[in-house]
Amino acid sequence: MTSQERLPRLLALVPYLIARPGIAIDEAATELGVTPRQLRKDLELLWMCGLPGYGPGDLIDLSMDEDTVTVTYDAGMRRPLRLTGAEATALLVALRALLDTPGMVDADAVRRAVAKIESAAGQAEPSGVAVGLGVREGVSTANTRRVAQQALHTGRAMRITYYTASRDEITERTIDPMRLLIVDGRGYLEAWCRRADDVRLFRLDRVDQVTVLDEPAAPPPFAEQTDLSAGLYRPHPDQDLAQLILEPDARWISEYYPVEHLEELEGGRLRIRMRYADPDWMVRLLLGHGGDVTVEWPAGLAEALRERALRALRRSGPDRHLIPDPLP
Amino acid sequence: MSVARAERLVNLVLCLLSTRSHLTAERIRGIVPGYADAPSDEAFFRMFERDKTELRELGIPLEVGRNSAFDTIDGYRIARRDYELGDIDLEPDEAAAVALAVRLWDSPELTGAAHGALLKLRAAGVEVDEAAPAVVEPKVRTTEPAFGPLLAAVQAAQVVRFDYRRPSPTELRTRTIEPWGVVSWRGRWYVVGHDQDRAAPRCFRMSRIAGEVRPVGRPGAFRRPERVNLLEFVAKGSREDTAPPTTTVQLWLARNRAAGLRRRATPVEPRTLDGVSGDVVELKLFDPDSAAGWIAGFGPDVVVLEPEVLRKAVRERHLAVVGREEE
Repeated sequence: MTSQERLPRLLALVPYLIARPGIAIDEAATELGVTPRQLRKDLELLWMCGLPGYGPGDLIDLSMDEDTVTVTYDAGMRRPLRLTGAEATALLVALRALLDTPGMVDADAVRRAVAKIESAAGQAEPSGVAVGLGVREGVSTANTRRVAQQALHTGRAMRITYYTASRDEITERTIDPMRLLIVDGRGYLEAWCRRADDVRLFRLDRVDQVTVLDEPAAPPPFAEQTDLSAGLYRPHPDQDLAQLILEPDARWISEYYPVEHLEELEGGRLRIRMRYADPDWMVRLLLGHGGDVTVEWPAGLAEALRERALRALRRSGPDRHLIPDPLP
Repeated sequence: MSVARAERLVNLVLCLLSTRSHLTAERIRGIVPGYADAPSDEAFFRMFERDKTELRELGIPLEVGRNSAFDTIDGYRIARRDYELGDIDLEPDEAAAVALAVRLWDSPELTGAAHGALLKLRAAGVEVDEAAPAVVEPKVRTTEPAFGPLLAAVQAAQVVRFDYRRPSPTELRTRTIEPWGVVSWRGRWYVVGHDQDRAAPRCFRMSRIAGEVRPVGRPGAFRRPERVNLLEFVAKGSREDTAPPTTTVQLWLARNRAAGLRRRATPVEPRTLDGVSGDVVELKLFDPDSAAGWIAGFGPDVVVLEPEVLRKAVRERHLAVVGREEE
């Protein structure tokens, strides 16, 4: 454990306990994010600290029984240390970003919290960090969000018609909603999907129809929230790998999708390797880029791409004409 | 940190908080348990310097001064009013907002700082339930390698240098900037600052920084202008805000194919093309140029009927894939 974590905790612990006389050690440990064993070690250490003189009446005194703890003498450590500039920034910038969140019902509570923290933290330096979620929400997406909020609020399952871009397919699903998220400026509904039998993130702007069902939402107890720290697209090592050359206009692909290898070439071109779950999706992505992406391997992907382009050219050629559907 | 060191530092804080007069290093050595263990003067001063640095890094306001004009050596104390967090009392709905705010960050730098703030609020008696369910949870990640060094440079007011790639026209150039702030706008991180070479404020997307961010010179080298609104500076620069006029285009879609286009389209009539049954549809587009790539991706499942310029743009992409030009 680094002192960067331990010393701040030691300094906060006495005032924390003063505010909660007789708190259960397990409960305090959970809230402070340490094991009960570590918390007991911290308390034992504090017991040895105090004011010059360091006699029985000078040391921090705690009354501890098997499960609970109460501070009986604080040696002058009654209040926590004020917030550092970095701490005030991280909290206040995050609070202000919430104001920007569609569907935040408690904007007033957020503003009051900001005002109180600013006043308690004192004159903090101007922060140098800003966050704008900048969510652009169309009318139907806003409606989907409101319906999802209602389902979450009342604890009901939902029926959605959903467009899966990776497979270019529209499916009907019954889902048990878990939470609404905003990631990279877009709204998502995280839910247990009974069709996939797994947790899924549904992009709100890809939900075409939505209804709240009468039956209660019941995600299985083992349904876990998605860890988003590694990004929304998490390539799987079992997936196919392709090596591509990107012309400058197609470089955004390397910024948008996770790539496993990135090599700068002359003229602003890039050589990358990226994984893909579905060959059809990959062909759609590359076909749209025309000559700005070249497939170095696998040969099968390059061939499929060429095949699709040739068929598209034939079909859109001047010798092809629309005719009414033949009668069945 | 060793138990002995943690104990010494807590005792040092308590001692300096309780004293009205400044205590010299020598006095502190005599009073605070732990320093007596130092085998030599040199060892003691090294230890004491390290401890002072540690306290300052935690934001503890260590005051340096002398008690009277007769003193020849500086002493130390901690003024309680500068040390202690002011009174704060949050209503349940305000505490719920704080819990949600702490969960916003998905970032090693900012998550740690937000948790540090939360610990102190709790120590001030505020009850915050971190797991409380929220209506909507926004998340902000900082995966760009440049984020940490740039945030540190912003907070230290230190000039930085990095290689930056502009997409079009493509160029890789070394930039030297006085970083004013880091900004997340629509899920992308930018650094805003004064570009020393161009002698003007500029904004850079972090994902386009190549290689290391190098600090140049000393911390505290510049002052951020007071009235600059970082978020506005970035948001203004992104052109996505203006709503472009829409164009209606007519497409043929193979039956039951191209679901991504179909879900946004209005059906006109069924028609067969090239021996394949399908539907003529109309679609409203905001930006026909970027839509050409999207449409071309569907290959033979979609044929543009009009306008001609879109039909050409899609065909050109397909021709480029097979390495041909339109005759």
